[in-house]
Amino acid sequence: MDILIVLQAGVATGTILLFATIGEIFTERSGVLNLGLEGMMLLGAMTGYTVSASTGNPWLGALAGMIAAGLVSQVHAFISIALQADQVVSGLSLNFLATGISLVLGEGLNSLKNVPQMPSFSIPVLAQIPVLGRIFFSNHSILVYIGYLLIPLCWYYINRTRPGMHLRAVGEYPAAADVQGINVYRLRYFYVFVGGLLAGLAGATISLAVSPGWFAEKTTSGQGWIAVGLVIFAQWNPIRAAIGSYTFGALRRLVLDIQGPTMILGLANPFYYNPYYGFFLKMLPYAFTVIFLVIGSRESIRKRIGTPAALGLPYIRGQRGL
Amino acid sequence: MDQINRNEDLERVVRMQGIVKQFPGVLANDHVNFDLIHGEVHALLGENGAGKSTLMNILSGLYKQDAGTIEVHGKREVFSSPRDAIGAGIGMVHQHFMLVPSQSVTENILLGLDEPRFRLNLATYEAKIAEMAERYGLHVDPRAKVWQLSVGEQQRVEILKMLYRGADILIMDEPTAVLAPSEIEELFRTLQSMTEKGKSIIFISHKLQEVMEISNRVTVLRKGKVTSQGIPVEGSSRAELARLMVGRDVVFRIEKKSREAGEVVLSVKDLKATNNKGIRALNGVTLNVRSGEIVGLAGVAGNGQRELADVITGLRKADEGQVVVQEEDITNQSVKVGINHGISHIPEDRTHVGTAPNLSVTDNVIMKNYYQNPVGKGWRIDSTAATDYARELKKAYEIMVPTVKTSVRLLSGGNLQKVILAREISSLPKLMVAVQPTRGLDVGAIESVQHLLLAQREAGAAILLISEELEELISLSDRIYVIYEGKIMGEVKDGNIDKIGLMMTGTQLKEIEEGEISQ
Amino acid sequence: MSDITTENRGSKNLFPFKIKVEPRLDEPKGWYSALLSFLAVVVALLVGAALIGFAGGDPWASYKHIAKASFGSVGVFSDTMVKAIPLMLTGLACTIAFRMKLWNIGAEGQFFIGAWGASMVVLLPVLPEDAPRWIFILTMLAFGIFFGALFGFIPGFLKAKYNVNEIISTLMLNYIAVEWNNYFIYAKWSEGGFQMSRMFQRNAWLPRLADYAKEYPIFRGLTTHFGLVFALIAAVVIYLILYKSQWGYEIRLIGDNPHAAEYAGISIRRNIVLVMMLSGALAGLAGMSEISGVVHRLQGSISPGYGFTGIIIAWLAKLNPFAVVVVSVLFGALILAGREIQPTGIPTMIQGVIMVCLIASDFLLRYRIYFARRVEE
Repeated sequence: MDILIVLQAGVATGTILLFATIGEIFTERSGVLNLGLEGMMLLGAMTGYTVSASTGNPWLGALAGMIAAGLVSQVHAFISIALQADQVVSGLSLNFLATGISLVLGEGLNSLKNVPQMPSFSIPVLAQIPVLGRIFFSNHSILVYIGYLLIPLCWYYINRTRPGMHLRAVGEYPAAADVQGINVYRLRYFYVFVGGLLAGLAGATISLAVSPGWFAEKTTSGQGWIAVGLVIFAQWNPIRAAIGSYTFGALRRLVLDIQGPTMILGLANPFYYNPYYGFFLKMLPYAFTVIFLVIGSRESIRKRIGTPAALGLPYIRGQRGL
Repeated sequence: MDQINRNEDLERVVRMQGIVKQFPGVLANDHVNFDLIHGEVHALLGENGAGKSTLMNILSGLYKQDAGTIEVHGKREVFSSPRDAIGAGIGMVHQHFMLVPSQSVTENILLGLDEPRFRLNLATYEAKIAEMAERYGLHVDPRAKVWQLSVGEQQRVEILKMLYRGADILIMDEPTAVLAPSEIEELFRTLQSMTEKGKSIIFISHKLQEVMEISNRVTVLRKGKVTSQGIPVEGSSRAELARLMVGRDVVFRIEKKSREAGEVVLSVKDLKATNNKGIRALNGVTLNVRSGEIVGLAGVAGNGQRELADVITGLRKADEGQVVVQEEDITNQSVKVGINHGISHIPEDRTHVGTAPNLSVTDNVIMKNYYQNPVGKGWRIDSTAATDYARELKKAYEIMVPTVKTSVRLLSGGNLQKVILAREISSLPKLMVAVQPTRGLDVGAIESVQHLLLAQREAGAAILLISEELEELISLSDRIYVIYEGKIMGEVKDGNIDKIGLMMTGTQLKEIEEGEISQ
Repeated sequence: MSDITTENRGSKNLFPFKIKVEPRLDEPKGWYSALLSFLAVVVALLVGAALIGFAGGDPWASYKHIAKASFGSVGVFSDTMVKAIPLMLTGLACTIAFRMKLWNIGAEGQFFIGAWGASMVVLLPVLPEDAPRWIFILTMLAFGIFFGALFGFIPGFLKAKYNVNEIISTLMLNYIAVEWNNYFIYAKWSEGGFQMSRMFQRNAWLPRLADYAKEYPIFRGLTTHFGLVFALIAAVVIYLILYKSQWGYEIRLIGDNPHAAEYAGISIRRNIVLVMMLSGALAGLAGMSEISGVVHRLQGSISPGYGFTGIIIAWLAKLNPFAVVVVSVLFGALILAGREIQPTGIPTMIQGVIMVCLIASDFLLRYRIYFARRVEE
């Protein structure tokens, strides 16, 4: 088992989580909880795959996937923002809806062959760096590199720009923003849409780059939910989201690869000699998410600031004190 | 006469004429006239619900009047949003600050402005704001996060927010309600210096003392009408203004039979506790309440009253000290233990704590006795018994509701309070802790509540009345403690408003009395 | 402070009259709520039809097929009921949790673990193979409930102690439960290397109507099993708890306003754990009933998403236990017949649409919408 390959593949798998997590960070920062990530990702994966197959252009596929997820996210946005319904239930319904649509429209997709994928390549100079070059800059899908760029850009946008400041205000104390003339509702619709776009991109990353193909629900197999958990671990910060996502990606890959070698660290590899232990390995990512959640929740309690204060609460003008 | 003529010559920066504003069920402003002279502090005086906030919300662009005109600097203005008002130079500092706690002072001040365009180069703005703060004497660190600031500092940020947007007319809505006495002094100094720099200030308040201290002229509103417009404060007396505000002699005491108080029911010894922000809120409170008496607790909001009520009723842990009810130490025991010892709690927040909005009146009314006979039998709830109980209470307390199955969220404030009172009183409590029981209620409801409290006093209950309404405390209580920064400053048995006022600003009773003797 | 209602800023400028939305000042009639639920289903079916058509199928044929395949005869109705039994139980599991605003999304995982627990009795084995039937049933029942409750305890505890979001923790446990079962299916209890355990012996099967075909020939071929009794008893129990017991009062109070519950002296943390355990127990019972009444062995595919469908059923039934029973039958039909519909995602999608319509319709319960002539302002 080559640890470098594990880490390298981890970065690729982690990119999926990265897009979804950052998208949800935008949404939650504006005060809206969108639990439909899994369904939106699935929709993005399915749409991307189909459109890529029929147009022969993976870029169009990715774009279509993003837009599809973005559009469906607006259903949740309308119900949560305009109708002021419970955001948890609305998000869950969105999940069912998007998953259902993906399964219906994705019927038979797994029989497609040679669906065009996103280009992969290595970055010339950087790939030569020992260790890090192998992991981060060699032979990755272009989406991975886009992911790298996205991290600092998103961080900068949220923390160092005026629209980012408005975003934060709307999620923390919408009344203050409203009184200053900021349209709370419009911003929330927008950022739910952004979350949808990125979730769709995450899905497209699966079907058009990292794990090409369409496998019904198994395409995403819970990564959307892991992303929701990662948002809490990331404390709504894109940089921590990146750390969490790549770590998780590596973990998933490790789980696959660890069953290969007969020896690990000089000791007999229990996973090689008893392949059935692999099931417990498969539990690891999910168990880790829970552990990450415990860590994140405790931090939220300790630090005074963490969760956007208005998260999950519909904004009703005229209600004093949030 | 002379004074008024002279006033005619000065610039009227604001003139509101014939303002009418109707809300469902209440005429908030009934043909109100109001004007503001350049460079003055003009107080808008009136009780809760008199229409002061409404009038100013109209002036600041939050509401639109149904009729009437507004002129600013001689020009006719129509505001469709607060932004328009700011454009005309009018800025309002609300009672509840509209600040984002996790962001810095500078970010809050810049919120909603078109500048900076995209990049947040805060450093430049921090400097600008620091300079402005200096100029007006509003000392605050532009880089501090709002949650780290004291209430007084937060208020300064709100003022700076308006000044930064070019407001030269400032409306302050009950600004002293949340301030400690020393902060109030600072605020008044600030307001002075701002008027010297050419700003004009409207000061909404229901506190006579302050109005007399800070303002040049005062307009009194009562039940939506102006009872006296723009009269100079210098010539008026406190009693006069009070009468204009309330319409009757203020020194009106409710019929209260004098009683011999009985045994000590509640004894609080040297109680120390921390508030939600991690700051010490109670610094050693000692007091007692006996059966058959109403003990008032006076103090400016934020001096530990809320925490004291929470500790006594078991909702908050005490760090040190004791809570003893009828000889039994119940310190830091659960809420249920308190309830079983006969403690009733009328909470400050009716809707978010005292009731469950979507449950029926019946469900709300059995909150404290659902596990006791006759409502609770074994593991069951006898729903017939519960409904009968609710119906009895509905009749006895005249709760206006179609049936007891109605969801409580549909009730008016006064009726909601009746539901809570009905529930708390009918458990025949030994001790009642009532926090701001008449806040936000109309006059009729206030009277009902006060009568109910007095009736309990007759029946022998020990009542701890925590209120910000001094008049209410004085007329209802047998004796009054004053709390300041988590300590009891002293106890007053004769309702001496001056002593109470001094204690509320931090002077111990001992010092006051020594001061009197040495005179 | 006064209770001033909000100002309505900005109205639609397009029409000669505007749409006004106002909070209702009184309760809507009881039947209004049921009507909205019904309409939600109708709309969902219409949308489903549109999507089926879009995907190339024939919606009306599909729907007719569903109706026939689930209610067409006593035999198929019996099959519908068989599908409805686990749904009733998971629906009840979700109902009790949702009443306290505990979002138990892990009914599926608790179902699996309950099935595993019940299987353990046969496969470990815990009882000798020839033990009397009723002992087997009782023991499997106990194990199914116990392990389901345990699996509910975990997220409950995490929430009570660390405030861990129960949606994610229960969901993660779903995946963990599947892998847990897989280990036993593929390895420990595998039968001859196949991906399933051996078949349970007859005395570990829940009795079915068909077992009595000799005495009552009309029961021939009817697979409805004793689990129905469990489900109905559970519905009554949950009803008693929620509406007639003090505990249920506490649950409803916490669900509506946790601050008020705290103020009334009710322990929220303890109830989080207890309710999650009860919820898990019910879902575990569903697993036991399915394993012992239908599948008769431990294998990978024992649930077409019963745990998730339970969520929708609970919502559609407006968290009322008896309505859950009725709605479960409908969904049982959907699942049964849905298996044969192409494309296979249709039932899931319809469920999604139903939920979306339901939530949207909740709005109409709290607000009135009407048209008013525009007056020049």
